[in-house]
Amino acid sequence: MVPFDFAYYRPQSITEATALFAALERDGKRPLYYGGGTEIITLSRLNLVRTAAVIDIKAIPECRALDVGHDSLVLGAALSLAELEEANPFPLLTKAAREVADRTARNQITLGGNICGQIFYRETALPLFVAEADAIIAGPYGIRQCRFLDLFHQQLQLGRGEFVVQFKVDRAAATLPHFHRKRRKQGEVGYPLVTIVALKKDGTVRVALSGVCPFPFRSAEVEAHVNDRSRPVGERIQAAVDAFPRPILHDIEGSADYRLFVAAQLLEDMLGELGDRETV
Amino acid sequence: MEETTKRELVLSINGERRSIVARQSETLLFVLRDGLGLTGAKPGCLNGDCGACTVLVDGTPIKSCMMLAIETVDKDITTIEGLDDAPIQHAFVRHFAFQCGYCTPGFIMNAHALIERRPNADEATIQEWLESNICRCTSYQEIEAAVKEVLEAKKAKPTDP
Repeated sequence: MVPFDFAYYRPQSITEATALFAALERDGKRPLYYGGGTEIITLSRLNLVRTAAVIDIKAIPECRALDVGHDSLVLGAALSLAELEEANPFPLLTKAAREVADRTARNQITLGGNICGQIFYRETALPLFVAEADAIIAGPYGIRQCRFLDLFHQQLQLGRGEFVVQFKVDRAAATLPHFHRKRRKQGEVGYPLVTIVALKKDGTVRVALSGVCPFPFRSAEVEAHVNDRSRPVGERIQAAVDAFPRPILHDIEGSADYRLFVAAQLLEDMLGELGDRETV
Repeated sequence: MEETTKRELVLSINGERRSIVARQSETLLFVLRDGLGLTGAKPGCLNGDCGACTVLVDGTPIKSCMMLAIETVDKDITTIEGLDDAPIQHAFVRHFAFQCGYCTPGFIMNAHALIERRPNADEATIQEWLESNICRCTSYQEIEAAVKEVLEAKKAKPTDP
């Protein structure tokens, strides 16, 4: 049960949604855009989220788009993770999505919600980082398109009143050789100790991680070490791990040292699977 | 702007139109149980983890503790009360796929959706779907056997012309 009242709005268009947001904001309602709603509802129950109005974006056609074009994939932010898994337009994204929560929950959790929510693992961001996807963002000043990674600094940097409408992924990138692993503390249950996603393009490995830090990341410095074939694999991996951003998570799921140990193992698995272990 | 108040919702539940005045922030689970007396969906964790509150919304299993009732206007909701002699219900009895029974409605709704939506489900798919629900009495093997029996029976049954 949500212990406070809010008003629910279901706009049919982007302009209606942004206008609603502006009006509700003027009225002091501190509105939230609402996708699957799973996080807003569960955190509201714990008084960790509070709002007087939610704006459901699921009736906006652009947010529900799933278009496989000649050159690019268009993935609406309000598509559920289960819908993305079933359509499977981007196999690496499917693998990342399939490891989030459970099958029934993924009928509700949306792509945009997983990336923009408060729970910081945001694992579906990882394939979009390495595929160098664009984000289409709507807000009070209209619609803009920008490289997703450029707008993501620990979390997606959205202005007040903005929301993600779609992601655009280069079709060629969606079919490149890739790697995905998620390691948890115990079996198949719980948040990640480490999730690693990689994609190999033109002989270069792009890699992104979640669970290591309190934010997902893709780092040019880490990738430079991973791709430095002048050094033995062990040294490449150690240098990459040393270059991880800080802080390293240290909590009940796993100590910082253990997370780095698991990450190093997964980097080695990644290089092996992508055929990139040799030293030149 | 409209005030934050209750609103009349007309919901389609188990083939009937049910009208109720509810808070816009109220979850589907609470409205079903406390508003409409449909207590088959169980409150468990209220956090989307246990699956005891699973119902079908347009045939898709949904954890009703994590969906607003107002979101389901114009959709078809099916609760355990709306299943009538579904094969999975009989299979649960035959396999004694429960002990305390608290998780049973959620498991049955999820399993029913799996059977309807994925009649050719393989082992991995069955496991993936059933992992959405938790049984603390550990009836997992019996539940899986019940699901597999219904899937096998469905495959063996000749399709209607």
